[in-house]
Amino acid sequence: MRPEPPPSDPFELRPHRVHEAEGRGRRSFALFQALRHPGPLVWITPAHSPELPMLRGLPKGVGERLHLLRPSGETDLLWCVEEALRAVPVGLVIAEPEKPLSLTAGRRFQLAAEAGRTTGLLLIREGAGSNATETRWHCAPQASSSPDSTLHHWTLSKNKMGTSGFWTLNWNGASSAVDLVSEARQRHEPAETPR
Amino acid sequence: MADISGVPHLFGGENALRDDLKARLERAGLHVTSAIAGTRGAAHALARHGGGIIPDGRLAEGIGPLPISALRVDHDTTEALSRVGLVRIADLIALPRAPLARRFGPGLILRLDQALGAQSEPVAAEPDAPHFGVRMTLPEPIGLQADVMAGLERLLDRLCDKLFATHRGARRLRLELHRVDHVAAQIEIGLARPMRDPVRIAALFAKGVEGVESGFGIEAMRLSAPLTEPLPPEQIGDGPTVGHEDVLADLLSSVGNRIGFDRVLRLLPATSLIPERSFLLAPAAYSEPEPLVHYSGAKRPITLFPPEPVTAASGTPPASFRWRRMRFTTLRAAGPERITPEWWFDDPAWRSGLRDYWRIETREGPRLWLFVTPQTTAGLALPATARAQNWYVQGEFA
Repeated sequence: MRPEPPPSDPFELRPHRVHEAEGRGRRSFALFQALRHPGPLVWITPAHSPELPMLRGLPKGVGERLHLLRPSGETDLLWCVEEALRAVPVGLVIAEPEKPLSLTAGRRFQLAAEAGRTTGLLLIREGAGSNATETRWHCAPQASSSPDSTLHHWTLSKNKMGTSGFWTLNWNGASSAVDLVSEARQRHEPAETPR
Repeated sequence: MADISGVPHLFGGENALRDDLKARLERAGLHVTSAIAGTRGAAHALARHGGGIIPDGRLAEGIGPLPISALRVDHDTTEALSRVGLVRIADLIALPRAPLARRFGPGLILRLDQALGAQSEPVAAEPDAPHFGVRMTLPEPIGLQADVMAGLERLLDRLCDKLFATHRGARRLRLELHRVDHVAAQIEIGLARPMRDPVRIAALFAKGVEGVESGFGIEAMRLSAPLTEPLPPEQIGDGPTVGHEDVLADLLSSVGNRIGFDRVLRLLPATSLIPERSFLLAPAAYSEPEPLVHYSGAKRPITLFPPEPVTAASGTPPASFRWRRMRFTTLRAAGPERITPEWWFDDPAWRSGLRDYWRIETREGPRLWLFVTPQTTAGLALPATARAQNWYVQGEFA
């Protein structure tokens, strides 16, 4: 399969597929993506997870659309993800599975996302992803030199339909726009040879 | 209030009936005063002023000595009447009615007429609440899942017609399957919003029906809606398109039926400055999304968790600390923002007194929400090391 031309916006998740994000800043990445997907949001976390999204801290417009599912077991969690992905009106499904995903589960999610025309984002632990994922992002917050900026370092470490890369950017946590600090990235594709 | 016309002779007269009623209620531990009169208004008045029995045709004498407040008129009217010297009902009966109505309104005359029997006021029992239950007895026991679903569809059609006729929607449905060997299986589903669409409800039952052991066969089915809510008919557009809201409600129903409706939540804003209580986790099936009133003030973290103590904190704000087995060095700190506990709630987490919140950007990257409880050690002369244990992390910023 030929790689598709890279999208103009590097942070656009390919629609109707399931993606993964890991690292400390994965929840920021999920909220950033939530801003870019209109429609109801479903956030699935295990029931015993102490970390909750705080309504006042969420970007504008996200809190009202958010549905929080807190299933008690890993099987129920996976079932909820699949069910939510199959529902057509849902804009983005964000899930935090605890165990590494099997290839079967990953494939099932991709099929459900295609059937329901819904995009999914799994917030996984470091190295607990499945091979079936469309893209995998490593997100880390970064210390910034000026007091008004919140720097993030997002690395696209796996991409089925394109190239990988890394970006340091400034996202203020409120809008769907970002401020790229540097365009520098490693080049994986061969350089264009001058003719 | 009970209508006993034509009944007292069965109990040996009105007196015996009243004594019997009183004895029975006293056995149940209730002390009551009761009255029997020819009209509802007179019985009401007498029951509240001593009780007794007014014989037929002597209503005016029976309630005459009672105060006017016994007539079910409002306080202002009673007071105005007493100011002009009318205290008892007998005073009112003797007066001409037209000036009375002009001065105190038609309500007073109406109540007086009702008490004296000039105006009818029947004692009617409330109509029975409609019963939402249907059943089906089968000539031959069935065992196949498809047969049960087909039977369920017929029951649902009938139940939903009933619901439609009363403009109600089911919130909870119970299906009982009676087996030949007198064992009954029960399937109960909840719905994320009131509904009376047979096709969509049947889809939610499919999983429960799958798990039923049919044994020698099922011979009777019973479907009931123990919980219903008003659902007025909606105007639907052309074509039987299912709206996006319905699909989302179906998703919440099916998820809620599996993991429990108390685990399908929505975040609702609350008016509290305490971080833990600044939002509510409300079941999504029983709440509507509320827009967040724009909040101005200090920034809030995106994730919140129960306070976790940090160790090896030094200074205020700490220049370096350890949390979750990681070492952090403070790059920049914003604060403090002082939040005092709400004294009208006794929250065990806030017994340590007020908290000073700091937004701390670390050199390592994470931007954390730390707080210190200055009151716990204020009165005690503790060494600095012990004071450093008062720092907690409660949230993480974007």
